[in-house]
Amino acid sequence: MTEEIVQVSGLTKCFGGLKAIDNLSFTAQKGEILGLVGPDGAGKTTTLRVLAGVLAADSGSVLLGGQDVLRNPEAIKSLISYMPQQFGLYEDLTVAENIRFYADIFEVSHAARQQREQQLLEASGMSRFRGRLAGQLSGGMKRKLGIACALIHTPQLLLLDEPTTGVDPVSRRELWSILYSLVFEGVSVLVSTAYLDEAERCHRLLLMYKGRRLFFGTPTELKSMLPGAVLSISSPNPEVLRSIVVGEQGVLSAMAMGDTVHVVVDDADLRSTQLRARFEQSRVPFGELRRTTASVEDVFVYAISRQRTQIGT
Amino acid sequence: MLNRVWRMIIKEFVQLKRDRYARFVLIVPPILQMLIYGYAATFEVNHVKIAVIDYDHSQESRDLLSRFTFTGRFEAAKILNNERELKSLIGESDIPLALKIGPGFAEALRKGETAHLQVIVDGSNSNTALIAVGYVNQIANQFSQDYARNRLNQVMPAMVANVPQIDLAPRPWYNPDLNSQWFFVPGVIGSITLILVVNITAFAIVREREIGTLEQIMVTPIRPFELILGKTIPFFLVGLADVVLVAVVGTLWFQVPFLGNPLVLLLGVTLFLLSTLGVGLLISTLCSTQQQAFASGFFFLNPAFILSGFAFPITSMPRAMQMLTYLNPLRYFLVILRGTFLKGVGLNVLWPQMTALAALTFVLLVVSVARFRKSID
Repeated sequence: MTEEIVQVSGLTKCFGGLKAIDNLSFTAQKGEILGLVGPDGAGKTTTLRVLAGVLAADSGSVLLGGQDVLRNPEAIKSLISYMPQQFGLYEDLTVAENIRFYADIFEVSHAARQQREQQLLEASGMSRFRGRLAGQLSGGMKRKLGIACALIHTPQLLLLDEPTTGVDPVSRRELWSILYSLVFEGVSVLVSTAYLDEAERCHRLLLMYKGRRLFFGTPTELKSMLPGAVLSISSPNPEVLRSIVVGEQGVLSAMAMGDTVHVVVDDADLRSTQLRARFEQSRVPFGELRRTTASVEDVFVYAISRQRTQIGT
Repeated sequence: MLNRVWRMIIKEFVQLKRDRYARFVLIVPPILQMLIYGYAATFEVNHVKIAVIDYDHSQESRDLLSRFTFTGRFEAAKILNNERELKSLIGESDIPLALKIGPGFAEALRKGETAHLQVIVDGSNSNTALIAVGYVNQIANQFSQDYARNRLNQVMPAMVANVPQIDLAPRPWYNPDLNSQWFFVPGVIGSITLILVVNITAFAIVREREIGTLEQIMVTPIRPFELILGKTIPFFLVGLADVVLVAVVGTLWFQVPFLGNPLVLLLGVTLFLLSTLGVGLLISTLCSTQQQAFASGFFFLNPAFILSGFAFPITSMPRAMQMLTYLNPLRYFLVILRGTFLKGVGLNVLWPQMTALAALTFVLLVVSVARFRKSID
């Protein structure tokens, strides 16, 4: 039986008249990576801040490890670690001093700290930089140091707000391998991301849009939500092609991705023929047109565009 | 728990040690300001340049005019021949004062009538003008008194001894030479500490808010009062060190006496530092950027400086302004500073100031800590 470390139900938070979180419910199991996915302004950061106990919610309940965060935010602080988008590092302290500072604030014992520090720095490839000032680290290394500081007290739940935004691909991969090794240790991770390719790496996903839950489940489940199929059409001018495709019959959504356009259609064979004919008739240049497997991104764009037509925005 | 506070204090000092600019700000400007105040801040007016028009050309007029330059307070910078030159002189040159002796000055005196000395003064610097006119008055009075006695001596020598007169015998206690440095140096200790501690406390907290470490610390199990202690104790110590530094420079360099009990001063310094920490903390809760902190600090510090009695006497202020000074910690601290340095008085005299300062400090700390706790919740 799996234990639910995060239980959120009916969570609502308003800023003025704006509902940043609107009746949100989800759970996260021990030892899983739950991805919070959604466009900017979906309420990802607000959700994480409420869970971390730095922001009070208007209504609903949040239980972390069985403890009520909204009633007693102090109780969960040694249980969790929260890393905001901009992790607060002291740039005039060295890597080791930053880790030491957070270790002492969390009252980690001397022996435990040394062992943990070595382990964390090795895992992130930063052992060489122990004596370097945090302000002189690259963006990716700062994130890794932030995670090291956040993990020094061995939390059971790690809340990460867009840890990979603005980080180079190599560091991104390293960050994810750190997250996997944490899960291996039994730590649960709640991570928000704007990169949809990263969403596939999560065990489960929470798709958010305008503070509401659009979808909650595994990436595979998410993809199975998609009716029909995805067509990939390469084009010298993807944006023009996309605008033509959108109005066609049987097209559910379309998005430009690099030099191709991904089109969600109700029937792959029928619509392939139909679109080919349409392009040739209006002399729109296009390259390869083939069926492709759905990515999280395709489903995401489909789900959002469907949401938009439903609520008329 | 103590471990966490201790760790925050150590962190603050490591940062201070690395921050060359902060080290500079804590040491050089206080000493520099002490030297500047010690040398430049004075209410005395010396070497005022004067222009002179003497239409009388008598022995009496020359005698009067020579008395002005004799004291060293005035310097005859220009002899004018007519009033047309005078018009362009005052206001366009650096000569703020002109004396005009009209024709018939000596004749009037000899007849025993009132003789006129006209003083034209550049009032745009009202402070210098006021003081200089005071000196002119003094010199002219002395002249007329001496002249009267001389005349009497010639006419009725026997009567001279019977002329009634008041002999002014000033005995300034606690500062016999009325040395401006003695007045300013203890005050500078107060004003420098105020500016320094309010600013560094506000800046240190706002900086953490800006770079995000404050929010980061808040999600740790640290308690608000541990955070407050960790952020204020270092600046209390820094403030104390600066008081000692400035006091040592003031007493050794300017030879200002310290007659009182150092422990009484220490009590006053402690209360005052706590109140400045309270103000710094309060400012930090009102600001989210360092620019705002700078502006707010300025908004508080300048009035605090003027309404303290540091340079401008509180008794001369309008009633409403006087009421405001009661809310100013510097007002009480200045009395404590001057009392311990120059008068050597103890708690039996300074208790009203100590009590008022303690009460003010208590209120400031309660309000600022409450606000600070709210700002991080």
